[in-house]
Amino acid sequence: MEAVLFFAAALGALGGALGVVALRNPFYGVLALIVHLFSLAVLFLLLESAFVAAAQVVVYAGAVMVLYAFVVAYVGGETEPVFDPIPGQRFLAPLLGAALFIELSIAVLGSSLTALSTDGPNVGPGFGDPAGIGKLLLERFLLPFEASSILLLLAAVGAVVLAGRKGEGGTSDEHSAPKARSEGVPTSP
Amino acid sequence: MNAEWYVVLSSLLFAIGAMGILVRRSPIVILLCLELMLNAGNLALVAFSRMVGNQQGQVFAIVVMVVAACEVVVGLGLIVALFRRKLPLDVDALRELRG
Repeated sequence: MEAVLFFAAALGALGGALGVVALRNPFYGVLALIVHLFSLAVLFLLLESAFVAAAQVVVYAGAVMVLYAFVVAYVGGETEPVFDPIPGQRFLAPLLGAALFIELSIAVLGSSLTALSTDGPNVGPGFGDPAGIGKLLLERFLLPFEASSILLLLAAVGAVVLAGRKGEGGTSDEHSAPKARSEGVPTSP
Repeated sequence: MNAEWYVVLSSLLFAIGAMGILVRRSPIVILLCLELMLNAGNLALVAFSRMVGNQQGQVFAIVVMVVAACEVVVGLGLIVALFRRKLPLDVDALRELRG
C-alpha cells in the first residue's frame, strides 16, 4: 500500500515537474506546478511529516500559486518562440540535467550512510505534528524563526517598492498605473 | 519504502528544475523551475529527517518554504515592474548587465 502510494505520488511529482519545463504556456506551467506540489504533499505524508504537508498545501499550492496565477493573468501568458538564440542549447541542457542527476545520485548513494537503505527508525504517532514542530521552532530554532519573519517583512517591502512605483526611469506608465497598483502589491503569505 | 527512493526522486526533480532554468526563457517559467529545485531540496530534507528520526529537518523545510515565498514575492514584483515599463519578458533580451 505504501509502495503504491509512493509510486503514484512520485509519478505525479515527476509529471508535474516535466510539465513545468515542457509546457509552452506559462499558465499551464502554473497548473502543472500545483499538481507537483500536491504530489509532494502526499510524499511528505508518507514520510510522516503531517505539518509540513499541510503547510505545503496551504502556503504553496494555495497562496503562492494564486500569486503566480494572478501575475500570469496580468502579464499575459504568451507562449515563447521556438527560436533558439544559443545554438545547441536545447540539446546540451538535457545532457547537463542528466549529468547532474547521475552525479547527485552517485554522491548520495555512494555515501556511507547506512540508514539510507532502511525505512528509518520507528517513530511515535506524534512525529511531525504541529506541537513538536512548534516547540522546536520556538525553543531551539528561535533565532532562525525570527530571522525568517524579518525576511518576510523585507520581501513584502521590496515587492511594494519594486512593483508599486510609477513613472521612474524607463518609459512612463501613467495610463496603466492605477490598474497595476492594485495588482502589483502582493501580500506575503 | 527505503529512504533511497525519496532521495533519488529528489535529485531527479532537482535536475529537471535545473534543466528547465537552462532551457526556458520566460522569467515566470524560470521562477517556476526555481520552485521545483527548492521543493526537491525540501523533499530531501524531510526524507533525511525521517531517516534520522528527528524533527529538526522538517523545521528547516518550513524555513525553506518561507525563503521560497520571499523569493516569489520579489521575483514577481520584478516581473510586474518589467511589464509595466514595456520591457520584453525574455531573459535573452534583457542583457544590459552582461559584460
